[in-house]
Amino acid sequence: MVELTSMFSALAAQPMLAQAASGEGGFPWLTLTTFGPLLGILALMFIPRDQIEALRNTALLTTIGVFLVSLGIMVNFDPGVAAGAGEAFKFQLEHGPLEWIPALGIQYYVGVDGFSLWLVMLTTFLMPIAIWSTYSAVDKYVKEYMISLLFLQVGMIGALVSLDVFLFYIFWEVMLVPMYLIIGIWGGKDRVKAAIKFFLYTMLGSVLMLVAILYVYLQAGADSFLYTDLLAVELSYTEQFFLLAAFFLAFAIKVPLFPFHTWLPLAHVQAPTAGSVILAAVMLKLGTYGLIRYAFPLFPDALVVYAPYIALLAVIGIIYGALLALVQENVKKLVAYSSVSHLGFCVLGLIAMTPAGLAGGMYVMLAHGIATGGLFLCVGMLYERRHSKQIADFGGVSKVMPLFAAFFGIIMFGSAALPGLAGFVGEFLSLLGASQSHFLSFGEYLFYAPNGSETTIPLPERFAEVNPVDSVTWGPEMTAFIFTIGGTLGVFLGAAYLLWMFKRVMFGAIKHDAVREMPRLTVREIGVLLPIVIMIIFMGVYPKFFLSYMDPSMEAYLTYMDEQVTQAVESAEADEERAPIYGEVVVEPLDPEWVPEGSMWDRALDRVDE
Amino acid sequence: METLYADEFYFLGLIVLAPLLGAIINGLLGSRLPRKVVDWVACGAMAFSFVFALISLQGLVNHGANYDGEDGFGPHLTYTVYQWIFSGDLQADIAFLFDPLTAVMVLVITGVGLLIHIYSVGYMADDPDKWRYFTYLNLFVFAMLLLVLGQNMLVTFIGWEGVGLCSYLLIGFWYNDEQKAAAGQKAFIVNRVGDFFFILGMFIIFYTAGTWDYLELHQMATSTATVAQLLPIAFPAGLLIFLGCTGKSAQIPLYVWLPDAMAGPTPVSALIHAATMVTAGIFLLCRLNWLITLSPALMAIIAVTGALTAIVAASIAIVQNDIKRVLAYSTVSQLGFMFMAVGVGAFVAAIFHLMTHAFFKALLFLGAGSVIHGMHHEQDIRKMGGLRKLMPWTHATFAAATLAIAGVPLFAGFYSKDLVLWNSLANTHVLNVQGVIENIRAMLPEDRLQELEVLLTDEVAAAITDAGGEAVEVVTWALALNWGVYLVGLLTAGLTAFYMFRLYFLTFWGENRSDEETRAHIHESPGSMVGPLSVLGVLSVIGGYIGWPHFLARYFPEGLQPYVLGLEHWLADVFLVADQYRLVGRFGESPYLPEAISAGAAIAIAGAGIFLAYVMYIKRPELPGVIHERTTRLYDVLMNKYFVDEAYDFLFVKPTLWLGKASYWFDRYIIAGLLVGGVAFMTQNLGQVLSNLQSGNVQRYATYITVALVLIFIAIYFGVM
Amino acid sequence: MAWVSTLGTYWEPTLAHFLLLSAAVFCIGLVGVMVRRNAIIVFMSIELMLNSVNLTFIAFARYRFEMDGHVFAFFVMAVAAAEAAVALAIVIHVFRHKRGVSVDDLQELKY
Repeated sequence: MVELTSMFSALAAQPMLAQAASGEGGFPWLTLTTFGPLLGILALMFIPRDQIEALRNTALLTTIGVFLVSLGIMVNFDPGVAAGAGEAFKFQLEHGPLEWIPALGIQYYVGVDGFSLWLVMLTTFLMPIAIWSTYSAVDKYVKEYMISLLFLQVGMIGALVSLDVFLFYIFWEVMLVPMYLIIGIWGGKDRVKAAIKFFLYTMLGSVLMLVAILYVYLQAGADSFLYTDLLAVELSYTEQFFLLAAFFLAFAIKVPLFPFHTWLPLAHVQAPTAGSVILAAVMLKLGTYGLIRYAFPLFPDALVVYAPYIALLAVIGIIYGALLALVQENVKKLVAYSSVSHLGFCVLGLIAMTPAGLAGGMYVMLAHGIATGGLFLCVGMLYERRHSKQIADFGGVSKVMPLFAAFFGIIMFGSAALPGLAGFVGEFLSLLGASQSHFLSFGEYLFYAPNGSETTIPLPERFAEVNPVDSVTWGPEMTAFIFTIGGTLGVFLGAAYLLWMFKRVMFGAIKHDAVREMPRLTVREIGVLLPIVIMIIFMGVYPKFFLSYMDPSMEAYLTYMDEQVTQAVESAEADEERAPIYGEVVVEPLDPEWVPEGSMWDRALDRVDE
Repeated sequence: METLYADEFYFLGLIVLAPLLGAIINGLLGSRLPRKVVDWVACGAMAFSFVFALISLQGLVNHGANYDGEDGFGPHLTYTVYQWIFSGDLQADIAFLFDPLTAVMVLVITGVGLLIHIYSVGYMADDPDKWRYFTYLNLFVFAMLLLVLGQNMLVTFIGWEGVGLCSYLLIGFWYNDEQKAAAGQKAFIVNRVGDFFFILGMFIIFYTAGTWDYLELHQMATSTATVAQLLPIAFPAGLLIFLGCTGKSAQIPLYVWLPDAMAGPTPVSALIHAATMVTAGIFLLCRLNWLITLSPALMAIIAVTGALTAIVAASIAIVQNDIKRVLAYSTVSQLGFMFMAVGVGAFVAAIFHLMTHAFFKALLFLGAGSVIHGMHHEQDIRKMGGLRKLMPWTHATFAAATLAIAGVPLFAGFYSKDLVLWNSLANTHVLNVQGVIENIRAMLPEDRLQELEVLLTDEVAAAITDAGGEAVEVVTWALALNWGVYLVGLLTAGLTAFYMFRLYFLTFWGENRSDEETRAHIHESPGSMVGPLSVLGVLSVIGGYIGWPHFLARYFPEGLQPYVLGLEHWLADVFLVADQYRLVGRFGESPYLPEAISAGAAIAIAGAGIFLAYVMYIKRPELPGVIHERTTRLYDVLMNKYFVDEAYDFLFVKPTLWLGKASYWFDRYIIAGLLVGGVAFMTQNLGQVLSNLQSGNVQRYATYITVALVLIFIAIYFGVM
Repeated sequence: MAWVSTLGTYWEPTLAHFLLLSAAVFCIGLVGVMVRRNAIIVFMSIELMLNSVNLTFIAFARYRFEMDGHVFAFFVMAVAAAEAAVALAIVIHVFRHKRGVSVDDLQELKY
């Protein structure tokens, strides 16, 4: 691995690339990655619709090309660049800002930091796999299908890299349309209903978000939608309360968090394989990404009050999703509900506001993207052979498809959080972060209590006299630990439903003759699954590679949130109109010695210098 | 040999690497390699691992010779492979720690593992998926080595789950059999219940201590300045970790998976479910001895759980008829013994019993495998008998192992079991934290009360020791606990002797009860199977000679003294804190007479058990039937293993599934139906009402426009807008 | 402003008169559009409305001494002529299709 990084860094030392990477006027990696798929769409338009192979290959080559370009982002991204004091984010490889709609101050401005970098990479990594997997699955309207997929990619990457909130919103909506078409046209039996439900659900949240964005914009008065400008807006607690509600709803639907999840199983079950893969692996991540990028830092005052409830929803989602997955008879639905459960870990980690939790949440996003994407691919391959997704229609598949069993098994265990595979690192860090959190204290508000109304819930005596040898008290720590227990229960249930499904599908005697005739994996299918399996193992064995890119960004983020939240708590206590926020709610007190560990990168560079 | 740098002793990495490489080679290429090569790769990997373990052992001895006690942990070697995770203050390295305790474990794992690999070559000779078997087996050894070599709890946990995975894969090795696949799944999921607690325990420790590194934790738990921080979490964290151990080591309440795990190939049962994996819990508790001894209540819970498990499993083993199931329950029972030892603070005894048990139980399983192999996959002992003459080598080694487990003097099991029993009677836990604090509070003058935080464990313990016999009974129920545990242990020892000899007599003595065809084909196993049996047979005899009872050890010549108490000396540094400051002997400095009496009692009850078995199954074979007639109810309860499986199914599995179904109903009809559907329904109906406005009649539209215009005009005119 | 004529001084219409007339014509047209069933009559009513608007344009143009209103009036007339052509064609087509020109029969707009 070190060799690989030094190879990359050697590449980075090339004069052209170095010049390209050097800030202003540098090579527009992000723009190229974002709009690269459009070139593919252009090419597809000129290919007659009956040349199916050519259409597929063009789309595949386009996405591979985009992936290669996106490697340039990774190479040129320097994790060592720290954010300045008081800055929440330090973006790199920016392109812009360019005037787009000057009258409203809307600009084209893109950039990445440690949070979005890996999500962009995840998207570009999975796109070719998803497209390659459709070679046997889709043979009607291939041209339109490929165009939809490529267009979807534009939307997803654009939403990840845009630094102008309005631009973000546009990309956010751009994503919807192709996905709507993918589900609605190439889906299963109930596809139209699923597509409409998906669209309406997401639309509902995002419209509210648009209103909130506009409100913040108008408050800013700076005639600019730039993210950093909106971040600087001072909002009162009451404003923040409702704005956060709007933002949170939009992202919670996308994630999806517990009561907003019902569109997901339907959409997943009906969507074609590639659609499910992209939906689960990337689109859901945009919800969690939106939470940390927009919802949390924009409204820190309100977040203090929201945090425990968000965590509660996450924990409920973890257990609830797992329980539902346990009783599903349909493999795809099972995997869909498992997404609800896994994304719960992600949100729990993010809201914990601890280094471990944040890292864990980010890592769950990546690991879930790879592992669940892989599971959907596996389910797709089973479906193509058996034309059924019912668990009862399988059994003993291992005997017929041994290699597939190995792949499926590794992906399954990767999803079930087995140490040494991808899923474990994220879920473990999330739970660890949650267990250390001081942020998840139920305040005196259950709901927004206007103007200092009396507390509604009596709370246990939190700060009882602390015994010299008894440091564990009933406080935010205990609340957080109870959340952790719930989450950990989810890890256990995760193993239960996945293993049970695996046993019923893959093991046992062969009950159906159709299973006996299922063909082995083709070379293409091996090629589809192999990168995923390799990534699952690599992500589990050497997570530092990924974490080292995120660490400086996380440090800046937590420092920023800590300042904001401290201010919020102080001002709340000074404000007699509002009931005080109870207890000592703090973002995990940062270790002053915390040196962001992008150091792996530095070391590789040093080696090159030597 | 020159000592390598003690903190970068890379042979530790090689110990782990060898089986991993073996697994990778066999896993990727095994299906294409010739079968011979697969054998050689797997066994070669193990051999290399064993050799590296020996080298590390030598390195540890060299290091120990000039160990200066710099960090209080005792002599140890470490090796950091790479940094695995970091985030904020969590820095988790993949790092290995090799101290005397680990050395014992590593030698057992690689040594017994090597023997079982060799044995498997013969046992699995006909299986087409042999490469897969060896892949899993090597992978298992890799994970197990990670578990015992880990320098921090996270690496231990990786190994901990890794062995669970391999156990799952190997139990369900013949996955076409639904039942075997289900057994594997059960094992993994029950283990995951344990892991659930383990993780939570780890979180508590990290929250308080900020580290999972054993060296640092050890320093915290033993340093006078910092131990107070760990005191409040010793019980909750220790209890959670202990619950984790009950999962992996098959103790009440999570022992149910182990008997089912016998579905795997027999060598797997020997390696994983007897010698190594199931002892991980004991290893972990011994590793954390300085933590769990901080809480006497926790120790008592461990001891009682161990004793209960021992007797419950032994009572079930009496009536089982499947040769492997008897051994499985016997394993559970012996593990209970080890937990009992841990619970009373006899860590050396626990490790000693772990080691000898690894020898003789592996031998028993391998012998059983040999029998099963010879009898063409017949596992019911009622259909065996008289194999003494047909399988002489198997019989001889099996007999040695049976004598060992029954606790017959001069065989390995006697020494370790006697040590466990004696310690369970004699050891008393003195670190009653609350009591100690109260004492200090009473002793200290007002102005020095803040020094309470500086709990000087060693000073306190020394003070209590100095006070003589009286101060020992800090916990009032300690005496009752010790006697209770001891008597239960003694009874279990008797039961063990009885059921093991029942098994032995039914299998090897008397007339052969199988059908003609099987009988004609009964044969001794090939050399690759008999060889390991013989080696283990020798170990089952002499394995105990490194831990003679003290009252006998003093009669040995001066030069042999360090060796006849070898294990105790070897592990002295590891359990230094526990042994010297937190536990004292109830019977004073050199209690040779009580010790001899205890040993005599153990021998007597073992003899009684053997005699009873001899009477019932050789002398008067009709007797079991008679007893069965009289005690049908009891027999049924035992035969059905106290209905624990059924109870768990009823209490946990069914409700979980029911809860899942209920949630699904809730999801479909309440969330998706009532809430989301309700909103959709309202929107739809409202839309329908409003859609009447759109009649398609242009004139009506014109009217709307006109009316609206007029209204706007009026509004503007009257200044509403 | 006064007008002098050989016929002597007589009553002089102001802008308000033109606008009132125009409003009256417009209302007649509007009511016609709203209540009449025959498409031809409706069409004629629309023409009435257009012409009332024309009247307004011209009136304003005259009173402000500007040509813009005239220009627009011509525009409207041109559009009205074009509209008449298209509308009559549609009406004829509808007549052929439905054997009648009642607007009540034409409700396809709601679909």
